[in-house]
Amino acid sequence: MKPSVVSSPHVPRVNRVDRLMLQVLVALVPGIVAMIWFFGWGVLINITLAVSFAVAAEAAIMLARRRPPMVAIGDLSAVVTAVLFAISVPPTLPWWLTLLGMVFAIVLVKQLYGGMGYNPFNPAMAAYVFLLISYPVAMTTWLAPNMLAEHHLSFLESLRIILQGAPPTGLDWDAISSATPLDEMRGKLDMDMTIEQIRQSPLWGAFGGRGWEWVGNWFLLGGVYLLWRRIITWHIPVSMLLGLLVCAGIFWSIEPQTHPFPAFHLFSGAAILGAFFIATDPVTACTTKKGQLVFGATIGVLVYVIRSWGGYPDAVAFAVLLMNIAAPTIDYYTQPRVFGHGGERG
Amino acid sequence: MRKMTEMAILQRLSSKRRLWRFHGGIHIPDEKDLSNACAIEPIPLPARLVIPLQQHIGAPARALIGVGERVLKGQMIAEPVGFISAPVHASSSGLVVAIEQHPVPHPSGLSALCALIETDGEDRWAELPPPLTDYPQLDPGLIRERIRWAGVVGMGGASFPTSVKLSPGTDREIQTLVINGAECEPYITCDDRLMRERAGHILEGVRIMHHLLGVKEVLIGIEDNKPEAIEAMRLALAETDMHAYTEVVAIPTLYPSGGEKQLIRILTGKEVPTNGIPAQIGIVCQNVGSAAAVADAVLDGRPLISRVVTVTGRAIAHPRNLEVPVGTTADHLIAHCGGYRATPRKLLCGGPMMGFELKQTETPVTKSSNCVLALTAEESPSADAALACIRCGRCAEVCPAKLLPQQLYWHARSKDLDRIQDYNLFDCIECGCCAQVCPSHIPLVQYYRYAKTEIWAREQEKRKSELARARHAAKQARLERQEQERQARLRKQKAALEAKSAGDADPKQVAIEAARRRAAAKKPGASVQRTDTPRD
Repeated sequence: MKPSVVSSPHVPRVNRVDRLMLQVLVALVPGIVAMIWFFGWGVLINITLAVSFAVAAEAAIMLARRRPPMVAIGDLSAVVTAVLFAISVPPTLPWWLTLLGMVFAIVLVKQLYGGMGYNPFNPAMAAYVFLLISYPVAMTTWLAPNMLAEHHLSFLESLRIILQGAPPTGLDWDAISSATPLDEMRGKLDMDMTIEQIRQSPLWGAFGGRGWEWVGNWFLLGGVYLLWRRIITWHIPVSMLLGLLVCAGIFWSIEPQTHPFPAFHLFSGAAILGAFFIATDPVTACTTKKGQLVFGATIGVLVYVIRSWGGYPDAVAFAVLLMNIAAPTIDYYTQPRVFGHGGERG
Repeated sequence: MRKMTEMAILQRLSSKRRLWRFHGGIHIPDEKDLSNACAIEPIPLPARLVIPLQQHIGAPARALIGVGERVLKGQMIAEPVGFISAPVHASSSGLVVAIEQHPVPHPSGLSALCALIETDGEDRWAELPPPLTDYPQLDPGLIRERIRWAGVVGMGGASFPTSVKLSPGTDREIQTLVINGAECEPYITCDDRLMRERAGHILEGVRIMHHLLGVKEVLIGIEDNKPEAIEAMRLALAETDMHAYTEVVAIPTLYPSGGEKQLIRILTGKEVPTNGIPAQIGIVCQNVGSAAAVADAVLDGRPLISRVVTVTGRAIAHPRNLEVPVGTTADHLIAHCGGYRATPRKLLCGGPMMGFELKQTETPVTKSSNCVLALTAEESPSADAALACIRCGRCAEVCPAKLLPQQLYWHARSKDLDRIQDYNLFDCIECGCCAQVCPSHIPLVQYYRYAKTEIWAREQEKRKSELARARHAAKQARLERQEQERQARLRKQKAALEAKSAGDADPKQVAIEAARRRAAAKKPGASVQRTDTPRD
């Protein structure tokens, strides 16, 4: 159908997709700054590369689809995808993996499904999982946070690692990398160590891994900003974090020696980032309020399940993708009661 | 001193009623200060009136006049046909110069049958029926008949015949009369001014409606961005004996609180059932303008031939509230308001949220036109190209009907007309909240209107084909019956013939007959075939 006559309303529109996306980018800034602080310039270089690749991929595929490329680039969705991807991957990821990830995210996951608004899966997370499965070593080699690192990479050193795929001469991976707290926890628990013993390690801070625990807080700040500006509603983040906390709380209260306490789950890995920035991607999440609660809570539970018993240390990407598939069905069964259709009367 | 007593009255009449809220709604700049300080003023009589012969929902009225006839002000020029119908009266005296198709206020810019009257400037009244000031003693049927005669219709936009709404029937008990003074659309101030200036008159109309419906309570809902109107109505109420059952309720300003279903929800907490009418839950809702028109009809014997129209928008030089004879064209109103101060980007009939564009300025004002709105490019910027829906759900958050507009859009786009009804398309009131908040700038309301029209067309098609099928079946049955009858007749004749030939077959007669045939065959010009044709 092609609308021929301009229909009401005749007032200026109050929202714009590009402004919503811009707000998301603004909200990411505190977390990104914190990540750069703890993990060095690699984060910034990755973001720059990912954004460039994503925009180029978007332009190329739009031209191939014979559509105006500026429409897709202008909505800033590719930039958001790129930034979310770049802060989820290790700060030393070789550039060609970032390129691969962005082409996968933009061309396959987004545009081949019809582009913005039609993709069933979160492009950033799909690319992350694709790389994690295909290149597990590169995708899990994380830098140690700055207070634990033996050597602080300079900007040029970071750039060289990313461009060459190997540490510069005189440095080896052991000097700069370290297991992530989630990795450490899993590995040590598998070796039958107790939480108390594990927490003896200098890796551990007040409630999560040192350095890591604070990144979450800064993303939380951004999340609160999104809530305040009404870019997102509370339903998905709160239900997801509650789902995770309740699961962690149950197991922790049963067996505290072998199950990390709930705050650890909250402030390790991508839980906060995922709750406020990834699971809330409107295109791939549920749209009914009730559905969003189900969607968020299930992601939270899945994150706990995969972290505890799955094959990968972090689980946000998998949990989000799994629930992306379920979103339309959840929406269908959680439709609100329409005005005048029985129920709460009087 | 007087101010003190007024304060006391207002204090006493301030409503402590519990209010409910409806789902969603939006806050939009109300833009009412462009025109809400302008008192209602009469407009000079136009040289020509274009009076549509149908200005109501229901059966079209039948024209009572012919071209070349002189009509008087208030003379009925079209009479109602059927129960749900309303008459139309001449709004001034003059000569009927044509009865023809003319553009009328309609979302699709349709034309309809209109009486074109050249006014004679005398504005001479026809003989009017006597006032029914003693209506409480009269038969309610008589009062309803008067309201029907006066052609009063819902003046808030729906233009449903008021007399029908005031005859709910004996099986339904109406408890509450809701008077709609919400005026939630931006820019429009005609009801505001009417309440400020003619509060007493509105209340007279309310009293008549209260009498006819026998309701226990009357609730007058006014959005709280009109404090002067609320005050005026309360002060007028204090001067009557109606405050025992009437309450003027200030409701929070939130578009679309003036929607009938929304206002009823706010004031009573009840929901009008889907596909239903308020009378099913014991409520009748009337607009303040309609109340004033009822008072005109019953107390003055005057038909509805004029209404207050707000002419506003930043493109209008001097926005005003005008008392306009029905049939006055929009260009006349705009000219009276000093013309345009800026090039209008859009000329609308109604408010910016639900109004529609006027394709031609010669379109007349009808009983339900509350506003002529000329918007500049800044007020109504041209829509950007719509982007894809990102399923953000903002539309669902603001939908007062609690629908899922993004799903409706999805199914409207894919022309899935069954699925879109599963998502309750027909509960959509087309308020435009969803489209206003959509970040992708999708013209959502347009899609819903399109889908509704498609469904109506499809149903009509279905009815037509069912009718055709029924006709076909009837024809088949008829043919079969005729065939059977023919067969039966043949059988009977055959039997009779056999009985005859068996009964009185005389060899002599047969021989004579054969001879006669031979003779006839020899006759020149005679057709053998004809003679050989068996007669039956």
